[in-house]
Amino acid sequence: MLKYKSLSKFARTNITTYGIVIIAFAILFPLQSAGMLSNSINGQLIPICAYIVLAISLNLTVGVLGELSLGHAGFMSVGAFSGVIAAASMQDAVGFEPLRLALTIIIGGIFAGIAGLLIGIPVLRLRGDYLAIVTLAFGEIIKNIINCLYVGIDAGGLHFSVTDTASLGMSGGRIILNGPQGAVGISKIATFPAGFILILFTLFIVLNLIYSRTGRAITAIRDNRIAAESVGIGVTKYKLTAFIVSAALAGMAGALYAMNFSTIAPRKFDFNTSILILVFVVLGGMGNILGSIIATTVLYMLPEMLRDFRGFSDYRMLIYAVVLILVMLLTNSSKAKQTAENIKFRLKNTFTRRKGGGSGEVSENG
Amino acid sequence: MTLVSNLINGISLGSVYAIIALGYTMVYGIAKMLNFAHGDVIMVGAYISYVSTASLNVPPLLSVVIAMAVCTVLGILIEGLAYRPLRKASSLAVLITAIGVSYLLQNAALLIWGSTPISFASVVPFDSVSLFGGKLVITAESIVTVAVSIVIMVLLNLFTKKGKMGKAMRAVSEDKDAAQLMGINTNATISMTFAIGSALAAVAGVLLCSAYPMLTPTTGSMPGIKAFTAAVFGGIGSIPGAMLGGIMLGVIEIFATSYISSELSNAILFAILIIVLLVKPTGLLGKAVKEKV
Amino acid sequence: MDKMVPYPSGAIVPERDLNKTPILETHHLGIDFGGLTAVDDFSLTVGRTEICGLIGPNGAGKTTVFNMLTNVYQPTRGTILLDGRSTAGKTTAQVNRMGIARTFQNIRLFSNMSVLDNVKVGLHNSIKEGFFASVTHAFGFRKAEKIADGRALELLDFFSMADIAGAKAGSLPYGAQRRLEIVRALATNPGIILLDEPAAGMNPSETAELMENIRRIRDTFQISVMLIEHDMNLVMNICEGICVLDHGKIIAKGTPEEIKSDPAVIEAYLGKKKEADGNAEG
Repeated sequence: MLKYKSLSKFARTNITTYGIVIIAFAILFPLQSAGMLSNSINGQLIPICAYIVLAISLNLTVGVLGELSLGHAGFMSVGAFSGVIAAASMQDAVGFEPLRLALTIIIGGIFAGIAGLLIGIPVLRLRGDYLAIVTLAFGEIIKNIINCLYVGIDAGGLHFSVTDTASLGMSGGRIILNGPQGAVGISKIATFPAGFILILFTLFIVLNLIYSRTGRAITAIRDNRIAAESVGIGVTKYKLTAFIVSAALAGMAGALYAMNFSTIAPRKFDFNTSILILVFVVLGGMGNILGSIIATTVLYMLPEMLRDFRGFSDYRMLIYAVVLILVMLLTNSSKAKQTAENIKFRLKNTFTRRKGGGSGEVSENG
Repeated sequence: MTLVSNLINGISLGSVYAIIALGYTMVYGIAKMLNFAHGDVIMVGAYISYVSTASLNVPPLLSVVIAMAVCTVLGILIEGLAYRPLRKASSLAVLITAIGVSYLLQNAALLIWGSTPISFASVVPFDSVSLFGGKLVITAESIVTVAVSIVIMVLLNLFTKKGKMGKAMRAVSEDKDAAQLMGINTNATISMTFAIGSALAAVAGVLLCSAYPMLTPTTGSMPGIKAFTAAVFGGIGSIPGAMLGGIMLGVIEIFATSYISSELSNAILFAILIIVLLVKPTGLLGKAVKEKV
Repeated sequence: MDKMVPYPSGAIVPERDLNKTPILETHHLGIDFGGLTAVDDFSLTVGRTEICGLIGPNGAGKTTVFNMLTNVYQPTRGTILLDGRSTAGKTTAQVNRMGIARTFQNIRLFSNMSVLDNVKVGLHNSIKEGFFASVTHAFGFRKAEKIADGRALELLDFFSMADIAGAKAGSLPYGAQRRLEIVRALATNPGIILLDEPAAGMNPSETAELMENIRRIRDTFQISVMLIEHDMNLVMNICEGICVLDHGKIIAKGTPEEIKSDPAVIEAYLGKKKEADGNAEG
């Protein structure tokens, strides 16, 4: 009976989360195919898919593991640029675009996962705000390094340089990465169904992980690190596991994202992007995967929707900032919580009075 | 001579970081929060000083005072409206709110002053000092920046060590509840800390833009992040730590830019920060707090 | 690998060789904090299936001893032999896997997780479920979880907590939280369990139940118990050996009867009072 209960909670979360994603896709994809979506929405479908994956993966680090990471865009960046290079190298060898996209995304994920491992080993020894600042620092370092990276491809294969395009020593061929300009001439092979499949894959990995032995260990570390150690859980191992999975998924999202644009610059993946993803996670609810999906969609669309209202378009980012602050105040301040309780209580009273008729004496001292 | 000149430039830039870092570290020490909007208060301070001198023809020195006054009020308002209701909320909720405030300030500035960079006229009325027959030129801004930061550091140390308000601040940062039981008005003390930090941010903004005269709504972000790094580097919560961290960061940045690569200077800076934190997880002058089991 | 044998309670515990070396031996253990010696020259042997009490005035260093035994703090001096093997240089998690489990003075549960999951975290190292099984929910995932659920419920049932297995750990009443901590520690299959003030905050009837439970733990699981406790009635009733700590040093070791009549112990507990009385008279 008890087993049924714990399993059913998992099943319930699964059904609602997968269900909403699948329904959204089932509505949007035919509309997109029929060309019935506005240009602004159409152009945002793939970025939103990528950001949903980013938010879910960051939620694994911040919500489930409980460590604040301010450098998630760094992993996105690693995935994006390793993906771009991989896609360019495979352009001739793999003609079938969906397969090339899949391989690109996998390679982006692998490189970002490796970055997660390399960064995670030193970083995860630190705690709290110190860990946050170091992830921030790594995000900036990744951005800076890719800013100095020049990659080209010719008949002889890939050429790398950290100074300029001239020193690549290319014989013909073309430039893939051009320093601060970033990736140029990407063949845009990302598709909305690919984004949808990547979200499903991410959900599969993350939801399964949360409800498993590994996930329990990660959650235990978040709830009480010392107690987790005392029952024989290797803290570093599980922190690293969560961190690497999170980084790899972010890398996959980065690769998908990059394949949606013809050019993409390293400065796109800066501190502000990391913060943007963090905002999605926090507003969606820590450890709440469905919350991350909804918050990402709404918050990503909000500035764009404000753009469409005449008169608002200049103020859209200002409104965004105000909405962000107000939502945080309304959901987190003790006074706001109490007011919400009071309103709920009053509504309940009014409702019961109307329904029961006789219970009108219920006081409203709340 | 370039070595000496680089060193002086580094110390000067570092002094600006140090002044910003003092604001970060004081707020962190007392409210245990990362005030990400602090960097944007710098930008507001610089704009106020610019508007005062350029549009209202106020003398430069007075414009600094006006900027400090405006930023003080701004700091108190931000704290009272956005952070105070979240005193008992999770630190992450406060962090996101601070980011919201940062967006708000940047976008408000964008609407008021536009995105075109403004060339900021230096508020320092002196000329550069030329030494060794012109081999070494020290800008007046450098001298003033370093002098101002030293004065601020000394005054702040005296204030927190000797003054009644300063003692209250240290008490609140040590234990908020105990301080309250001793009759200290914690809210007023926290407001005071934000006021001081924001006034310092205004000074930093003016000094920064006097030395690097390009002012845009995002001017404060990167120095803000670096100053925060400086505060962590020196040991967050420690006033001498912020000073030391700021100056070291400035020197490292200038040296990395001139001797290694200007593109990689930030990467080198952050790499050194990471190494320091790995060796000494609470920063150079930070106190190690042992977790009670 | 220990052979598994069923016990009358239904719980499955490994068969133990009770005639082996003592489960726990410490030799001249000591630790300094910033030049101050918190514990010094702590030498103690705990036998198989022995219930051992660690008592002493507040601040004597009792919890520090527990923290050293579990390597939460690395000792400055001395050695610890757990099951005959040195724990030097091991992490807290590794020491737990070597056979020592503990509870905490200030309860440390995974308060956002269910009661059942708290115990399953305790069973972590005995669940055969790798990373890929975790991520895919295949490759033996179901079987491993089923076994884990079964063992967790058995352990909970031992403390009559199986009916609240689905509740959130943080929402339990105080006494139940203390019991859950013990269950979680037992789930790691230790050779010795350290209980840090298990009766703190309990009323006399709860304390009586606790004493019964501690005996049952020892008898059923055939393990040793070491406990820190201020309730002298409990300590004198169930401990076979008692060690008295004062100012970081052992001032007496022996059976409850020996401890009761030990002049050093009486002085440590009552000496200050006499001194104060004396001052008042003078």
